[in-house]
Amino acid sequence: MTLQLDKQTYALVGGVVALLVIASLTGWILSRCVTNEKGRGTIQNLNARMKAWWMMVAIFALAMATGGIGSVVLFGLTSFLALREFITLTPTSRGDHRTLFWVFFVILPLQYYLVAIKWYGMFAIMIPVYAFLFVPLRSAVAGDCEHFLERIAKMQWGLMVCVYCVSYVPALLSLDIPGYVHQNGKLMFYFVLVAQISDVLQYVWGKTLGKRKILPSVSPNKTWAGFVGGITCATLIGMGLWWATPFSPWQSAGMSLAITLMGFAGGLVMSAIKRDRGVKDYGHLIEGHGGVMDRIDSLCFAAPVFFHLTRFYFT
Amino acid sequence: MIKQLVIVIAKLVSGSNIRWQGCEPDVRQRIYFANHTSNLDALVIWAALPPAIRDLTRPVAARDYWVNNWIKRYLANQVFNAVLIERKKPTKSDNPLTDMLKAMGQTHSLIIFPEGGRQASGEMTSFKGGLFHLAKDRPDVEFVPVLVENLNRILPKGEFLPVPILGSVTFGTSIKLKPDEQKDAFLIRAQDAVKALNHL
Repeated sequence: MTLQLDKQTYALVGGVVALLVIASLTGWILSRCVTNEKGRGTIQNLNARMKAWWMMVAIFALAMATGGIGSVVLFGLTSFLALREFITLTPTSRGDHRTLFWVFFVILPLQYYLVAIKWYGMFAIMIPVYAFLFVPLRSAVAGDCEHFLERIAKMQWGLMVCVYCVSYVPALLSLDIPGYVHQNGKLMFYFVLVAQISDVLQYVWGKTLGKRKILPSVSPNKTWAGFVGGITCATLIGMGLWWATPFSPWQSAGMSLAITLMGFAGGLVMSAIKRDRGVKDYGHLIEGHGGVMDRIDSLCFAAPVFFHLTRFYFT
Repeated sequence: MIKQLVIVIAKLVSGSNIRWQGCEPDVRQRIYFANHTSNLDALVIWAALPPAIRDLTRPVAARDYWVNNWIKRYLANQVFNAVLIERKKPTKSDNPLTDMLKAMGQTHSLIIFPEGGRQASGEMTSFKGGLFHLAKDRPDVEFVPVLVENLNRILPKGEFLPVPILGSVTFGTSIKLKPDEQKDAFLIRAQDAVKALNHL
């Protein structure tokens, strides 16, 4: 997988770095201005998030610089860490031990191998067909029937959301788009940027103007102002980045809207699972953000949809 | 070298989330007592301690399990500096309590599992009396409750391949034997101190 690092790629990375510089400076100024206790907490969390963003952008840029394989490895590791958080949170039983071993050490690497060799016909069905049939079989052979359906559902959903869906991000590199040869790195960057910036903007709009909550029983942080403001702004940003994609400006706006709406849906569903388990975050790995799963919940839902929309209309 | 490697592997395999909830890490003499669900328990608690404390802390383990092959023997003697005790047939001359007290001396701390054997279900069973006798003989030592979680899911009894679920180790507030406190009351209080660390 050769990725051409052209001027547009540098422009994208440079733009993100400039954005981070501005955001970090703002955070620094805010931390000197805000004096009350509650505001301090928010700013501290904001600055911790900012630091983590620097780290994540650095890792992502490094992965892109090593060509396609670096990105496949990066998202493979992300899947591993996310699945680890997911399975920790949703208890399985003793009878699933060996099934889990297969899930973590065979199915997950195999999925990313299929992505790396660009075998679309296989990576698109390996988990939903073969893994989903294998998982219950392996657990049945182990002989423990208590809460069987529940346990299988947990492992299958974990595989679906943490592995299958996330693997669609590096799979973007395998699309053959006419007139866009060796440029798919930009498409992946565009996708991750729009999905993540939509999260950030929803957070910012929600914190500043948000009052009415959309679904307080599922996610206390999602407000109407955050939803409308965040999605509109992120869509406009996505539209403005059309030059880096194979899309026209309007197509790019449509794609960004699809990414942001799916991202919102992902955040909502993953929140519902957290509420069900009675926790606030999936883990503690990324300071200020929570776990890996908390950071990529929007990518999970958006990636397969964006991949298939692009594949259907542009290849 | 091998010691560092074992520590890194222990932390990687368990993804240990280490919390000091009721006390701070300290080199003073302590007895860390924990629930026992997996063979990894002693290793993970030991690896969770900061290096200076780790060097002074010795896990107490069953001799019958740890001497039956050379890898385990090497790990127990050269890496963890374990105190191996007889749990099946203690005699006057082969008394676990004397071994533990001797191993502590005036500098070392211990990690012990007062339940005796591992509990496959993860449910705690009642503590054995040794903890009480230690508390009686060494009133100067802090008894720190430790809760290990999820390690039985990482490596259940009878399995040999670990699964990378996130474990956690929580250190609680130390307890001491009260004057006139009876054995059973103390053991129940100790067990409750471990249970109380369960926050999920």
